Amino acid sequence: MAKIVTDVVCPFCGTLCDDLEVALSDDGKEILEVYNACAIGATKFLHSQASDRLTRPQKKQEDGSWKEVTYDEAADYTAKMLVDAKKPLMYGWSSTSCSAQGVGAEIGEEVGACMDNTATVCHGSTLIAVQDVGVPSATLGEIANRADRVVFWGCNPAHAHPRHMSRYSIFPRGFFTGKGSKSRQMIVVDPRNTDTAKMADVHLQLEQGHDYELLSAIRVAIRGEKLPDVVAGISKEQIYEVADTLKSGRFAVIFFGMGVTHSLGKNHNIDIAISVTRDLNDYTKAAIVPMRGHYNVTGSGQVWGWQFGFPFCLDLTRGFARYNPGDSSSNDLLVRDELDAVFVLGSDPGAHFPVRSVKKIAQLPSVCIDPHITPTSAVSKMHVPVAFVGVEVGGCAYRMDNVPIETKKVVEPPEGMLTDEEFLQLVLNRVRELKGAA
Amino acid sequence: MTDYLIKNGFVFDPVQGINGDKVDVAIKDGKIVDAGDVTNPTIIDATGMTVMAAAVDIHAHVAGPKVNMGRNFRPEDKLFNCTAGSGMKRMEGGFSVPTVLRTAYLYARMGFGFSMEAAMPPLYARHTHEEIRDTPIIDQGALPVFGNNWFVLEYLKENEIENTAAYIAWLLNQTKGFGVKCVNPGGTESWGWGLNCETVDDVVPYFDVTPRQIVSGLIEANEYLGLPHCMHVHGNSLGEPGNYGITLDTLKIAEGVKPQNDFGREVVLHNTHLQFHCYGGESYASKSFESKSKEVVNYINSVDNISYDLGVVTLDETTTMTADGPFEHHLSHMNNLKWANTDVELETGSGIVPFIYNPKTFIAGAQWAIGLECGLFIKDPMRAYITTDAPNAGPLCRYPRVYKWLMSAKARDDMLDNTLKYGDKIRERCYIGELDREISLYELAMMTRAGPAKTLGLSHMFGSLKPGLEGDVAVYPYNPETDTDDPEKIEYAFGNAAYLIKGGKLIVKEGEIVDMGNKRTFWVNAKVNENPMVERDISEKFRRYYTVTQNNYTVEGPHFVPNPYVIEVDATK
Ligand code: SF4
Ligand SMILES: [Zn+2]
Repeated sequence: MAKIVTDVVCPFCGTLCDDLEVALSDDGKEILEVYNACAIGATKFLHSQASDRLTRPQKKQEDGSWKEVTYDEAADYTAKMLVDAKKPLMYGWSSTSCSAQGVGAEIGEEVGACMDNTATVCHGSTLIAVQDVGVPSATLGEIANRADRVVFWGCNPAHAHPRHMSRYSIFPRGFFTGKGSKSRQMIVVDPRNTDTAKMADVHLQLEQGHDYELLSAIRVAIRGEKLPDVVAGISKEQIYEVADTLKSGRFAVIFFGMGVTHSLGKNHNIDIAISVTRDLNDYTKAAIVPMRGHYNVTGSGQVWGWQFGFPFCLDLTRGFARYNPGDSSSNDLLVRDELDAVFVLGSDPGAHFPVRSVKKIAQLPSVCIDPHITPTSAVSKMHVPVAFVGVEVGGCAYRMDNVPIETKKVVEPPEGMLTDEEFLQLVLNRVRELKGAA
Repeated sequence: MTDYLIKNGFVFDPVQGINGDKVDVAIKDGKIVDAGDVTNPTIIDATGMTVMAAAVDIHAHVAGPKVNMGRNFRPEDKLFNCTAGSGMKRMEGGFSVPTVLRTAYLYARMGFGFSMEAAMPPLYARHTHEEIRDTPIIDQGALPVFGNNWFVLEYLKENEIENTAAYIAWLLNQTKGFGVKCVNPGGTESWGWGLNCETVDDVVPYFDVTPRQIVSGLIEANEYLGLPHCMHVHGNSLGEPGNYGITLDTLKIAEGVKPQNDFGREVVLHNTHLQFHCYGGESYASKSFESKSKEVVNYINSVDNISYDLGVVTLDETTTMTADGPFEHHLSHMNNLKWANTDVELETGSGIVPFIYNPKTFIAGAQWAIGLECGLFIKDPMRAYITTDAPNAGPLCRYPRVYKWLMSAKARDDMLDNTLKYGDKIRERCYIGELDREISLYELAMMTRAGPAKTLGLSHMFGSLKPGLEGDVAVYPYNPETDTDDPEKIEYAFGNAAYLIKGGKLIVKEGEIVDMGNKRTFWVNAKVNENPMVERDISEKFRRYYTVTQNNYTVEGPHFVPNPYVIEVDATK
């Protein structure tokens, strides 16, 4: 008889599904099966159980080989590296709990670090746009219960957020949307013919990199002003039609992703997407929601917000918080050679940063805290494996709509392994000792 | 634990009738005791200073999702004011929406011991509690919002008080909330469709219930449960010219309702930030707009079961934030600044817009005047509390400035004559010109300590220096005999407490923060009889309409509420 754990939260993507069920072996030690999750979510749980998993910190030797060290030694190394550095970068923070982020923030403050999260290569442009024009938004349940016009702009939930459409945006039969997907008009804006686009009622296959023009044209159309015959490869008739569809809905929502945040125009694309939403509110109800990637990148922006006042690109090196994306953003710091140590937790810049930046990480004193062996851990000087948050230890995470949900502990971590929060606490204590001694 | 004896200060404690007498105040084991009951105490010399119980804030927005949105979307609010940590203190930043650390340090330096977070969206309760947890020193509670909640709308459509009460009890327990807040009743649900409820008799679309029914039902349910705090309302049509009639309509709903509770609370309705609800006229133009504070406060003076807080406009650049979603949308169209909004499934909504109260405009000056009038027309200062609805009418750090204006006619005249561009016009359209009342230190202690503590149902812990109460004492560098010459001295003293003792711990010593205290989160656990129907409704709504499961809704665990103070209420009989 397998034991079933219910209400499990998936620590993978910003959809943060909280209805998973996990079947455990009789002794409760092994995950046998994961129900309700999508394939990527289920894999996250099942992979945590790999038999060849690293369970102790590893220090890279002169010859490139790895040598096992204790957590205390690893914490000592990390603390010394951070205290000795003039300008260390503490990066990542997206795949971990808010409590760990909180301890990390204290370390960053103690050592005067630059702190950045994965928004820097993802929805950072969104955060900047929100600072420019605000953001009319709603929780995902509000959308499930009310939205009858759903736009996916530059995102492909069918692959990146597989359960988004079934839980929140297209299929649910909500309070005012009792007919499920039949209650909704689905519009996809994407230069590619993605699997999401194939499901749409309307697919605007715009020319790559012309999002700003098309968004601008929709604003014009909403106001009933004149358009040229074709904008961004889309005919004006179709633009007017889409504008009408949006205006005639009772509740319109725009979801957007990396296709707009990192194509030409960046934060300006988001500015104008938000402005479209703002304009629509003069005719009907409208909301806009970024499709945040990592399951708790949102939480890291929140924790830093209440502790320092800024959601990413924090520079604490002068003893007080400064915020200047483009200057205090990780890739800019790396490329300009301003850093003298790199600390990574809850992300894999080795896989997501430009090669130029990764090369710099490889040259610097560096620590990578990650349950897996990753491209980042491979180029780091110290790799500290920790328990999986959301599988082997609980903790709070914020969904893409900022709703905080408590992830669950489902199984014990391997004997003697620390959680990232516990390891960070060791580092913080050691940092305080070192600074007290100085 | 160290004992303390605060000697030789001028003590103001309306609860005990102490009005500036030189009385020694003693603290032992974290509680106030008779001066004779301490042995070998640490002596605090308060000669020439003012001694009061620590202040109690009944309404401020200092923690939670909209507060943090205010921080994150306004980097400009931190220009030139981020400071490094020193001593025990960590880094700080922010003017109108300070970081949690600055909030705590500010409260301590202003001599506060307790603050009520005024609006907690239940689905975001974890967020609110994470911020409260990270705000050291002061005790805090949070009021979940109920005025647009689908359960409440459905029950109150049928006037089902018992079911409403059972649901409230359940939600307070789930979210670790303190009491019942009601913001723009029905209006925020209507905002789900881009609409609003502008009077107490507008009907909420689909739910077919009116703000009048919501307010009345929530008051009744609140008294049915016997909660420590009363129903706390922000009525319909906040900020609209001519809204005072709607305010009176709202207040009159409480007519004849008697308080039922074991906490010594005497009111059944608290109207927050009254200033925003006392407007006459038809537009913001000086030829039409007028103050109706006298009419509204006179009504409140004529009854005994209503309290309010002022919401004084401080003429700063600030950040407005409220669960009144349609109001913020409206505001964004007035000033064309950035606008954030979050509608919350089945529960509530919120909006955030930066706002500049410009002393060179008629309307900002008139709002400033009306807020002060609300404080000056009150007959019984135990029912009028000083706030800025921080940060809506003004930042938290401006409280001492508001005290100055209330306590000094000279300071008000100086504003009208020298700072406000339309001072004469404001004298004409508002009542400020006819008011020469100056709030005394004794009355100040009522309006910032004894009064709010009583209305929160916490007078057994806070608001006075009576033996047995919490050892929460503030000492201000203000000499009531010699410092009356210059109103600036009031503002300085109340922003720079010389000493703060909180829960018997010395937090501020000679103006410096020296301890992070023993912060507690207050919440109310109300027991009700089993109610299978409400239980079924709850599980049904979670199954069908919420995007989190019922089990994942509950706020639990030491990382959200590490140091709870639970007030038990038994409503089973
Ligand atoms: S959609 Fe995202 S959160 Fe949900 S199960 Fe899949 S990976 Fe996990
Ligand atoms: Zn308020």
